Amino acid sequence: MSEALVAAEIPGATAPGISGARQFWRRLRAQRAAMVAAGVVALLVLVALAAPLLTALEGQDPTTYHPSLVDSARGGVPIGSFGGVSGDHWLGVEPQTGRDLFARLVYGARVSLGVALGATAVQVLLGVVVGVAAALGNRWVDQLLSRVTDIIVAMPLMIMALALLAIVPENFPRPILVALVIGFVAWGTIGKIARAQTLTLKELDYVAAARLSGWGTWRIARRELLPGLAAPVITYAALMVPANISIEASLSFLGVGVKPPTASWGQMLSSANVWYQAAPQYLLLPAAALFVTVLALTVLGDGVRTALDPRAASRLRVGTGRKREARSDLSGAAEPGPANAKEAIS
Amino acid sequence: MSGFTGFAVRRTVSAVLTLLALSVIIYVVFYATPGNVAQITCGPRCSPEQVHQVAQQLRLDDPLYLRYWHFLQGMVVGHDYSTGTSVEHCPAPCLGLSYQSDQQVTQIILNKLPVSLSLVVGGMVLWLLLGVGTGVLSAWRRGRFSERALTGVTLAGVATPAFVIGLVLMIVVCGQLELLPFPEYVPFSDDPEQWMWGLLLPWVTLALGEAAYFARLTRASMLETLAEDHIRTFRAYGVGERSIVGRHALRGALAPIIALNANDFGSAVGGAVLIESLFGLPGIGQELVHAVTVVDLPVVVGMVLVIGFFVVLANAVADVLYAVADRRVVLA
Repeated sequence: MSEALVAAEIPGATAPGISGARQFWRRLRAQRAAMVAAGVVALLVLVALAAPLLTALEGQDPTTYHPSLVDSARGGVPIGSFGGVSGDHWLGVEPQTGRDLFARLVYGARVSLGVALGATAVQVLLGVVVGVAAALGNRWVDQLLSRVTDIIVAMPLMIMALALLAIVPENFPRPILVALVIGFVAWGTIGKIARAQTLTLKELDYVAAARLSGWGTWRIARRELLPGLAAPVITYAALMVPANISIEASLSFLGVGVKPPTASWGQMLSSANVWYQAAPQYLLLPAAALFVTVLALTVLGDGVRTALDPRAASRLRVGTGRKREARSDLSGAAEPGPANAKEAIS
Repeated sequence: MSGFTGFAVRRTVSAVLTLLALSVIIYVVFYATPGNVAQITCGPRCSPEQVHQVAQQLRLDDPLYLRYWHFLQGMVVGHDYSTGTSVEHCPAPCLGLSYQSDQQVTQIILNKLPVSLSLVVGGMVLWLLLGVGTGVLSAWRRGRFSERALTGVTLAGVATPAFVIGLVLMIVVCGQLELLPFPEYVPFSDDPEQWMWGLLLPWVTLALGEAAYFARLTRASMLETLAEDHIRTFRAYGVGERSIVGRHALRGALAPIIALNANDFGSAVGGAVLIESLFGLPGIGQELVHAVTVVDLPVVVGMVLVIGFFVVLANAVADVLYAVADRRVVLA
């Protein structure tokens, strides 16, 4: 079973003869906005990974209190201009506690990105397992799993995540817990995608051939179906990462996600809420970090989708008359697809 | 027409089944958790006697399916709780008692519901106007600078979490410019004008985030329709561009907008939780956050079910409207 056969059948995959990954890179590189976004994301990941190094360079850490740097007579406002910015504290200090803001911001990047990636991994794993099981199982299994998936899709993520956080164990590491909870409430759409794609794939000749040659269900799922699921699932997962960052920030903002002393951008916004007049940068820093991160990941996710499924992407551009895209290989599939723009954009 | 009625009936039945399934999942997840359910439900300050009484009222000795059955019974016909000396009646739809606040869950929710409904419904009107308007505008101005600018703005709207927008708006509009008073909830029946002013900023906050999705969707489906043959025919007959975009292409976008609006209702309810907490509006969301913080299980379960009810209702209504907008659906 060659990869070319798999690839020929699924939307957005490679044409026979060109390696799928190479074609994907070529299409991704053709999009300037996505490449800029990829650079920003790479930088953010680097900052998150190098957080201990960066804070060591600054000579601070995210949890040490500096009571001498805040004016207790004025309710804990940082001493000095711009919220206590100095050579020792590059972005100033937190009101009341005097914790270093730069250190909290870069350690917050670890939490935000880590939780979002962890949650996405859980979503992909659960969604693919449930979706493939529904598609390959008998009628009852399919009915049961599809109903559950429908409910998961319909219910508001925030509400379900909030509710689940009421009953999770208190002593478990909070960031891991938040990632698991977000993962458990938001796998529905990937489940639906995986089921639909598996239903299509399993009717194809090469899967039938595999079955005829005596392969078991598990081996067929792993060797023949999973590669075909990659493109649609990656497309959606890429857009889930920024969404997960928002959800983590929201939960932490509400005080039920990541809790202090662990720094996360949502948690920082939550405590900065009351300080916006005395120390505006305390609020603006995490807000800007969130904005840039989510925007970059969203643009990158859009780019990944365009690279994997040029047909859907070109549908959105019918009639926009942008020359650069008309010249690129994307215009080859410009005929309008089925009227399902909702899937194409959301 | 009978095909349509049949469709509506099937859709209603499936909505009821979905709600039942949701209630089973929620009940099992929350009441089959490891740990002492009676102690958790009653709260940390309960004496052993009180915990014992709660355990009896929740029928913790019964198997789970029986307990669920009683819970369901309470919702349909009401429930009587023995408090040892007297009997407290909880009329249908009874969602149980909150032992921590010593109130019936249904009553707590009913008290908070008007705030949340005001917020979400008002926000919905605004995001539909704003989103569809922006989408139409950028489909009309396609290929020009203004379209690019609009696309950029909507992308930023999609990318910014609602509470960040709200925080910035509150600080700038209420704090720095003092254009609006800080948001607060005044019941509509007390003073409609104050009600509106108090909710204006929350509405805008809720609408800005959601409108971005509508703008993107409207633009995408209109561009798709604009490429179809019948539009070319209209053009050939000399129909004006304004009429083509504003009337004929918009019609093609109608069905997907309805579908997205149902989806978005759910996410808006989630967003409303944040906005209520941010602006201090005493709605369901704020109550849910409080209930989660103090682990008041009956309130959490009741809230999730009520929100689920509204989401399922919105989806069912949207499906029926969708069928009205696009009759091909009924045949499928």
